[in-house]
Amino acid sequence: MAVSRVVMPKLSEAMETGKLIKWLKGEGDRVNGGDILAEVETDKADVEMEAFGAGVLRKVLLQPGEQAPVGTLIAVIAEPDEDISAVLAAAPSTPATAAAVLPRSAPAVAPRPVAPAPRPVAPAPAPQPVAAVAAASRGRVKASPLAKKIAAQSGVDLRLIQGSGPGGRIVRRDVEAAATAAPAAAPARAATPGVGYEDRPLTPMRAIIARQMPLSKAPVPHFYVTSEIAMDRAWDLREALNALEGQPKISVNDLIVRACALALLEHPGVNASFRGESIRVHHRAHLGIAVALDEGLITPVLRDADGKSLAQIAVESRELAERARHRKLRATELSGATFSISNLGMLDVDEFSAIINPPEGAILAVGSVRRIPVVVGDGLGVGRRMRVTLSCDHRVMDGAMGARFLQSVKRLLEEPLRLLV
Amino acid sequence: MAVMTYREALNLALREEMHRDPRVFVIGEEVGLYQGAYKVTQGLLEEFGPERIVDTPIAESGFTGIGIGAAMVGLRPVVEMMTFNFALLALDQIVNSAAKMNYMSGGQYNIPIVIRGPGGPAAQLAAQHSQSMETYFYHVPGLKVVRPSTPADAKGLLKAAIRDDNPVIFIESETLYALKGEVPDDPDFVIPLGQGIVRREGTDVTVVAYMGMLYRALEAAEELAVEGISVEIVDPRTLRPMDTELILASVRKTHRAVVVEAGAGFAGMGSEIAACITEQGFDELDAPVERVTGESAPMPYARNLEKAKTPSKEKIVAAIRRVCYANGNGS
Repeated sequence: MAVSRVVMPKLSEAMETGKLIKWLKGEGDRVNGGDILAEVETDKADVEMEAFGAGVLRKVLLQPGEQAPVGTLIAVIAEPDEDISAVLAAAPSTPATAAAVLPRSAPAVAPRPVAPAPRPVAPAPAPQPVAAVAAASRGRVKASPLAKKIAAQSGVDLRLIQGSGPGGRIVRRDVEAAATAAPAAAPARAATPGVGYEDRPLTPMRAIIARQMPLSKAPVPHFYVTSEIAMDRAWDLREALNALEGQPKISVNDLIVRACALALLEHPGVNASFRGESIRVHHRAHLGIAVALDEGLITPVLRDADGKSLAQIAVESRELAERARHRKLRATELSGATFSISNLGMLDVDEFSAIINPPEGAILAVGSVRRIPVVVGDGLGVGRRMRVTLSCDHRVMDGAMGARFLQSVKRLLEEPLRLLV
Repeated sequence: MAVMTYREALNLALREEMHRDPRVFVIGEEVGLYQGAYKVTQGLLEEFGPERIVDTPIAESGFTGIGIGAAMVGLRPVVEMMTFNFALLALDQIVNSAAKMNYMSGGQYNIPIVIRGPGGPAAQLAAQHSQSMETYFYHVPGLKVVRPSTPADAKGLLKAAIRDDNPVIFIESETLYALKGEVPDDPDFVIPLGQGIVRREGTDVTVVAYMGMLYRALEAAEELAVEGISVEIVDPRTLRPMDTELILASVRKTHRAVVVEAGAGFAGMGSEIAACITEQGFDELDAPVERVTGESAPMPYARNLEKAKTPSKEKIVAAIRRVCYANGNGS
């Protein structure tokens, strides 16, 4: 049995560093492949990390609360009598050298690929020079006495907070922000009274959104196609379905997910990614469904949506959203979407435009279903209408293709029995 | 209430106390015929005669010693230092006799003496006449040290000092003598020694300041109020005994503190107050206590250099921003 190196896994597309939340196995514990070894916090979720090799967890190199770049050696699994000194000696003393010392003799342990990646795995990014961050998170936590007191009272773990004071000192506002953001936290406290502003440190999620969005918007030439959909029949269908005993409740969003999945099969050109020299057309529709959280936005992926019934979509998307809110998504549920839907209908929005989440080729922004006056024959009546806007990557598709896709979505929702067959 | 100058308030306090208690007398250089170098004793010679308003030679150690001796046998002298810088000449009398006599005599002798006069930086008085002399005295057990910032405080605290049975160092300021303010008429208006006051209410940061620095701190507070930073200003009034409870109560509210003093910072008043806040209010602090002090150098005569050595409103504003982690703190 070879010595197994446990490295910080790359658990999401954008992940560059991960923070160890806790080890679920201790040094000296026997580990079998598939055992949950640790919990790691990525920019989007807390993810369980499985052991790859079997043996004894001989050495742990990263302590809870510390961060390490993807690919850094964080633990060693081996039989008790095996010599691990060579592996430990090769462990990088600074993250900058991590790439240079990946030895071929000992297999690097990556997280198990659970589902095929939607695109070839991009070359792992060169380890970032994050020595400063890592150093700051090592050793004692610097916090003001008041911050420590408030943290103790509100149950906030100071090791998980980024301080906004000089030299990264955690001060009162940081703890209060963390206490407010944490799902199980005490009621939100008022901001520093009297001061007209406050500088809130970026949460990991906000930081990743801030970093990714310019990369999503600027290089991708967006164009937008808007359409109004009569939702009267879809509304009636939903009410009829929800009146059925023993069936899961169907939301308007579930109908839209189903309609999009079917329309994507019809228009594979929309279910596509720009790849520089080629356009990858996906044969299956993995739908990202944006979920708003207090500290940002997360888009869990409903896989193979085209093959799922309305009831399946309803149950699975509800469960995904629930786990997203508790940051309990698995890594595979956070990446690999081929198309996304962002629905602000519940917030009384007429219409809006969304930013494409690369490498996806399009995203549908959904407004509220409204009761408005509509022309019926030669007279006026009241109808339910919903406006949707498709943002398209012009490198992948043109206006007519986007419009035809929307026509299909419109037809599916306006003749909603098509969603059932 | 009457509006009067700080100088007139001190004069009124002396007159009232001299009427109230025949044991009170004034001794010092130019206090009689010349009516006081800064006119604090104006009119007293005419009113009380040369037995109670005593002009002396230029001999601080001598007339301070006379005052201490008079106090030992039951009088209540008010010794005027033309400026407090000259009290250095009387330091042995003050430190070794006035401060220790009660202790060394086993309580047989009280020394109810007030030694008063102006101190601190003023306007181009240069190295020897601009010193913040309180630091030389509050270190000494047995001395009380008062620094009154307003006309009303000047009156109420001087009267309390005269009535106190212990030696009191009472340091005024050239820059405040002409300051006008409302002063209570009541001849028994007395401000107890050791009682500070909140000069301005605020919620974000506590600034401790007195005398000229108090007024700069108030200007800084006005400027920061525009930015939404609410500054509370505490004036200790008496430096020893210090009203630490008032300062700590304010810090418990604001969680941040800045101490301003005109003198050089090393082992200064700011160090003492910062230590007190840290020892007794550590868990309340969201930032280290900042000090804004004079530079560690003799006071230059040149106006621009004098300004550079003395704490400015800008330095106070910057320190407040730092403890509030407000913009530009390099965090």
